[in-house]
Amino acid sequence: MPRTGKSTGRTSARRPRGEAPFVFGPQAIDPELAQRVLARALEQGGHFADLYFEYRRSASLSMEDGRVRTAGGGIDMGVGVRVVMGSAVGYAYAESLEPDEMLRAAETASQIARAGATVAPVAVRQRKIRSAYPVEDEVVDVEGAARVELLRRVDQAARRHDRKIKRVDASLVAVHKEILVVTSDGVMAHDVRPMVRMSVSAVARRGKRTETGSSGGGGRQGLAYFEAVTPEDHGIEAARVALVNLDSKPAPAGTMPVVLAPGDSGILLHEAVGHGLEADFNRKRTSNYTDCIGRSVASPLVTVVDDPRLAGSRGSINVDDEGVTPREHRLIVGGKLRGYMHDRISAEFFGKRPSGSGRRESFRHVTMPRMSNTLMEAGEDAPEDIIRSVKRGIYAAKYSGGQVNISNGDFVFSLTEGYLIENGKLTAPLKGVNLIGNGPAALRTVSMVGHDFMLSDGMWTCGKDGQSVPVGVGMPTVKVDELTVGGTAV
Amino acid sequence: MPRPRAIEKKLDRLSRIAERSLERLRDLGVDHAEVAVGTGRELEVSVRQGEVELVKEAQSSGLSVRVVRDGRMATSSTTDFRDESLAAFLARAVEMAELSEPDELAGPPSPRSLVKEWPDLDLFDPATDRIRAGRAIKLATAVERAALRADARITTSEGGSFGRSSGCSVLATSGGFLGRNAGTYQSLVVQAVADDEGGKKRKGVYWSGGRFFGELESAAEVGREAASRAVASLGPMKIPTGHYPVVFEKAAARAIVGLVASCVLGDSVYRQRSYLAGRLGDTIASPQVSFVDDPLIPRAPGSRPYDGEGRKVKKIAVCRKGVLRSYLLDTYSSRKLDLRPTGSASGGGGVPHSSTSNFYLVPGRMAPERLLKGIERGLFVTRMMGFGFDPTTGNFSRGAEGFLIENGELTSPVSEVTVSRNLDELLQGIDAVANDLEHKTSVSSPSFRVDQMTVAGS
Repeated sequence: MPRTGKSTGRTSARRPRGEAPFVFGPQAIDPELAQRVLARALEQGGHFADLYFEYRRSASLSMEDGRVRTAGGGIDMGVGVRVVMGSAVGYAYAESLEPDEMLRAAETASQIARAGATVAPVAVRQRKIRSAYPVEDEVVDVEGAARVELLRRVDQAARRHDRKIKRVDASLVAVHKEILVVTSDGVMAHDVRPMVRMSVSAVARRGKRTETGSSGGGGRQGLAYFEAVTPEDHGIEAARVALVNLDSKPAPAGTMPVVLAPGDSGILLHEAVGHGLEADFNRKRTSNYTDCIGRSVASPLVTVVDDPRLAGSRGSINVDDEGVTPREHRLIVGGKLRGYMHDRISAEFFGKRPSGSGRRESFRHVTMPRMSNTLMEAGEDAPEDIIRSVKRGIYAAKYSGGQVNISNGDFVFSLTEGYLIENGKLTAPLKGVNLIGNGPAALRTVSMVGHDFMLSDGMWTCGKDGQSVPVGVGMPTVKVDELTVGGTAV
Repeated sequence: MPRPRAIEKKLDRLSRIAERSLERLRDLGVDHAEVAVGTGRELEVSVRQGEVELVKEAQSSGLSVRVVRDGRMATSSTTDFRDESLAAFLARAVEMAELSEPDELAGPPSPRSLVKEWPDLDLFDPATDRIRAGRAIKLATAVERAALRADARITTSEGGSFGRSSGCSVLATSGGFLGRNAGTYQSLVVQAVADDEGGKKRKGVYWSGGRFFGELESAAEVGREAASRAVASLGPMKIPTGHYPVVFEKAAARAIVGLVASCVLGDSVYRQRSYLAGRLGDTIASPQVSFVDDPLIPRAPGSRPYDGEGRKVKKIAVCRKGVLRSYLLDTYSSRKLDLRPTGSASGGGGVPHSSTSNFYLVPGRMAPERLLKGIERGLFVTRMMGFGFDPTTGNFSRGAEGFLIENGELTSPVSEVTVSRNLDELLQGIDAVANDLEHKTSVSSPSFRVDQMTVAGS
């Protein structure tokens, strides 16, 4: 087992795919043991049961003001046992692989299904999955000094960018996660899920004015990520945004056209349509997209997909957390709603095949339908033309986050870098501002879609019902004719 | 109220693990260490349309450690308490510290500032762990039924839920501190849904929660309140963009008080992530405004008998009648800022950082209805959305919903608008504070009124 602080150098091609004790070594879970636990889980009844083994080894470093303040990391491991009966779920977990503890968890989970018909688990077949994120050198295994060096580079690049940069904080978090899902309908699937995330924020000061800027990225990638996007790129970007904000003016207030920059603006899709199309809300009839399949919910220019198989992206998964192989979900095509994102329970309810959208934060949590990488497909407009078409409006470039109210479709997102558009040109940078709209209403006013699709560099974490999962977003430059901009200048 | 014997025994066991770990770390040559060991139990059930949707029950445990050697710091955590595993885990944590760089301020508080005794804050309800799944299902069913039956316009619900949790924790530090704490919490919640025009749904959420089961509001009350909130928000409009006086109902007001809290934490101040940096002694709010952080309120959600470094805790007047009096400081941030620590550390076993306990806006004398008096046209905000706050500048802008105020009365529901104003100006603009504070959450606030904000709407 690799250890923190010890270099593994170049990993050989023969290295076993995985290090988790449940796949490798004396505690490895064999199909017989898994079946015994599943049989115990289904002893009281139930239609379906699954085991979710998870192993998570992390290594993190944080640098404050040029100094590595702390190193952290650790290992977390356990197994969640779920029993499903219709749409009812019994759940329990054990923080160990001891058979007795797993069986006890199975008994606790089986409480849900007192006196039901029993099914016996089917013999498992192990499946081979081609990885959408094969990684040569996982960052979690990179020698500590080399990880410190990455932070040093981001720090120095930000400082050297301009003398007004007064402070830089940065962090590097790397995770090696492995899961093994065993289901009562015969799936046994193992997935290795590497993750790296670098983030940096810079403080700029001029006179009495202080502003910040941030940058970061990563994904299901290894050390090669930093060849494509260097630490210097992130350092300079954070400094650039902080400097832009030193000149920012109060944003306008009111309803106006908004041009969304390519990439990060995908956060709008995630909030405006993505959550509302997670099938659990529609099964419960609490989403404003309930009963809308086949209807027009956006401008004909809008095609939205959720693609779990994007190479190396933060939201990608090779197999979902219920053992289902995911496929690309075409959610909205030419403005028409085509389908929801399903986990096993909602798929059963709607009479569909599960689409591989069942995800969970950890073995301590139950699965729900969740997004992976939510994208708007490119259109035909030139980005310059889109900006040129706006007489007075906003250009939205960077965001700190967004939120949606599923039931009425109102969504917000918060700008950290934006500009006024006056007579077709970007003019003054704007102070951080909140934008609000209503999902279907806003998407119906999409009047131009650029040809410049861009994937956001991996920084997004989505929260739902108290569970956080990494997600990806992406889109081209898009013009929305009407959004409400929450500035202070009337 | 004394804690049950079984809990004290569990704490004894955790103490032994913590002390043994500390000894090991001393043998490994660390200069300072904090070990936190805890266990928890939880039960969560939800019911929708009268059918059980989820029964989740689990026990968990964890040990986390911070080590400092030659001024270099590392943190790590594990759930594996077996002797040989722990030994390997601790050795790795010490090894990891090599990666960080020496920081002369990273050391522990002086042993003299550590407490040996602390008050009993009555945070543990023996009844909590005794609530079994069957009873929890009855409660969740009752709260949903109450919501569905309260009004014919309620079409469905996102479900009723009951959750309970209990935890025991021990904090041991190489300075000689050994703290023991245990607490419970339970909550009952329901989300009622009413159908509006255009396929939109309006959701009303209400919950009751607390450390003592006997103090929860009844399922009938919780359900009724959720339903009435959903129904009241039917048929909202957007109001024209402009400047309006704004009244924040206590739940929305709490979100603003939370932003203030984040800006008085020592960590935010020394990292220059606070517009309140460098402003001790300044007027930062109107004279109606006082903020307090009080860890010693019996049975309150954010109470703690000692802080995450083993220091004594006390009630801190952060802002008195508009004047900023104190930040909330742990050892490290107090050294960074050259101020006296306030016993506000949390994160026992992790990187200690400053945090709030029970942080609140001190209530005024006025009944909340009186806040509306004299407002010809204004906005009453019940809920906010989004992350539109920049702590460095204080710029604040968030999505809001609520009601229009006309001639001192609530009239039409309002949604899809934003409210904006720099937090510095907003606090100076608070011209009335109501008397309806409850310590339902660790950050809390009574309702208050702001003289003017920019509302962006139609």
